[in-house]
Amino acid sequence: MRALETVLLAKGYVDPDALDLIVETYETKIGPRCGAQVVAKAWVDPAYRQRLLADGTSAVAELSFAGRQGEHLKVVENTDQLHNLVVCTLCSCYPWPVLGLPPVWYKSAAYRSKAVMDPRGVLADFGLTLPPEKTIRVWDSTAEIRYLVLPQRPAGTEGLCEAQLAELVTRDSMIGTGLPLAAGASQ
Amino acid sequence: MNGPQDLGGMMGFGPVRPEADEPVFHGEWEKRALALTLASAALGEWNMDMGRHARESLPPHIYLSVSYYEIWTRALANMLAERGMVTAEELAAARQLVPPVPTKKPKADKAQVAAALAKGSPYDRQVDQPARFALGERISTKVMHPATHTRLPRYARGKTGEIVAVHGAFVFPDSHAHGLGEQPQWCYGVKFSGRELWGPDSDSGLEVIVDCWEPYLQDRAA
Repeated sequence: MRALETVLLAKGYVDPDALDLIVETYETKIGPRCGAQVVAKAWVDPAYRQRLLADGTSAVAELSFAGRQGEHLKVVENTDQLHNLVVCTLCSCYPWPVLGLPPVWYKSAAYRSKAVMDPRGVLADFGLTLPPEKTIRVWDSTAEIRYLVLPQRPAGTEGLCEAQLAELVTRDSMIGTGLPLAAGASQ
Repeated sequence: MNGPQDLGGMMGFGPVRPEADEPVFHGEWEKRALALTLASAALGEWNMDMGRHARESLPPHIYLSVSYYEIWTRALANMLAERGMVTAEELAAARQLVPPVPTKKPKADKAQVAAALAKGSPYDRQVDQPARFALGERISTKVMHPATHTRLPRYARGKTGEIVAVHGAFVFPDSHAHGLGEQPQWCYGVKFSGRELWGPDSDSGLEVIVDCWEPYLQDRAA
C-alpha cells in the first residue's frame, strides 16, 4: 500500500491533499447519521415521506445529502407485512451519501452469498427473528440504483421530536439487517 | 464472467459476523486504499465498470481470501500496470523508475475531488427507443455465460419474474467495461419469487428484486 502511494505521488498521478480530503469526507462527514436524519424526517412529516418514496434522490437532496454512489437513490418502506433487505451480491454497492462506506460484513462473502437465498438465516446472524408470515423482499443492487430501507417507527415514540427519533435509527435498520432501537434506548 | 464476485446462493462461508462498534477504517492502510482508488479513477483511464471487472478478474482463490480493500488495491495495481502507469518493478522498489505516461485527465486537486464526490456521476441516459417491457409484465431472463463483464448474476439467469420498476435507460456495463462505449439500455427492477430462484424448498415468503438491463431479458419462456 505504501509503495503504491509513494509511486503514485512521485509520478504526479494523485494529489496528497486530495487523498486526505477523501479520507476526511468519509471518516467524519458522510455516514449513517445522514440516513438517520432522512428516516426521522419521514416519520414525522407525511408529505416528506411521500416525496422520499416517490423520488429518493431528490428527497434526500432536500437535506443536502447527495453525491457519489447516491446518484440514483430508491427508498423502500417496511410495513407490518413486508421487510426489506439490501445486498450487492456482485460487489459492494451501497448508498454512500446516506450511509457512508459499507461495513466489512456487508462486503463479505458470507453476507453476499446468503442474503438472496436465506435472508432469515442472515437476520438470525444479527439476532433478529421476524414473524414467519412476514414477506422478506431482498434488493440485489446489480445496477446503479442504490437502496435505502425506511424502517417502521417504533411504538411508544409519539412524544419524541425528530432529533430524538433519529437517535433510534441504526445503520443496520436502514440496510434491513436490524430494526430501529426501542424508545428510551440509545446507540 | 462467472467469476468469484458472483456469490449469490453459494454456501459454506459461515455466519455473517457483524463487528460491534465497527470503525469506518481498520487502520491507516484502508484509508489509503480508498483514497488512492478514488483519486486514481479521476485520471479518466478507466470507468467504474472497468474497475469492477478488474476486481472480479482477480484469481478466485485470491478474491475469496483477502479483505475487500485488498481486492480494490490489487485491482488498482493491475489496472495501473496494464496501462504502463505504474510498473511491477516500481511497486517492488517503492520508487519511480520510469516516467509517468500521459493520462486522459490531469490529476484532480482537492477542490476538484470535493466537487466530484458531492456531485457523483449519474449513469442514466436519454435514449430514443421506447422501453420494450412494461410494468407488471412477466418476462424471463436469458441463459447466458459471457466471458466478459455482466451484471446478471448466475442465480437469476433463465428465470421468470415480473417487471416491478422501469428505472430508465442506463449506461450498459457489459459494453462499458470493455471500452465499447456506453450503449445505454433500459433498466428494470425484476421481481422473482424465492421458489422460482431456489426451488420448492425455498422460503415461501421470499422475494428477490434484481435490476436487469433490457438485453438480459426476453419474452416469457413458453
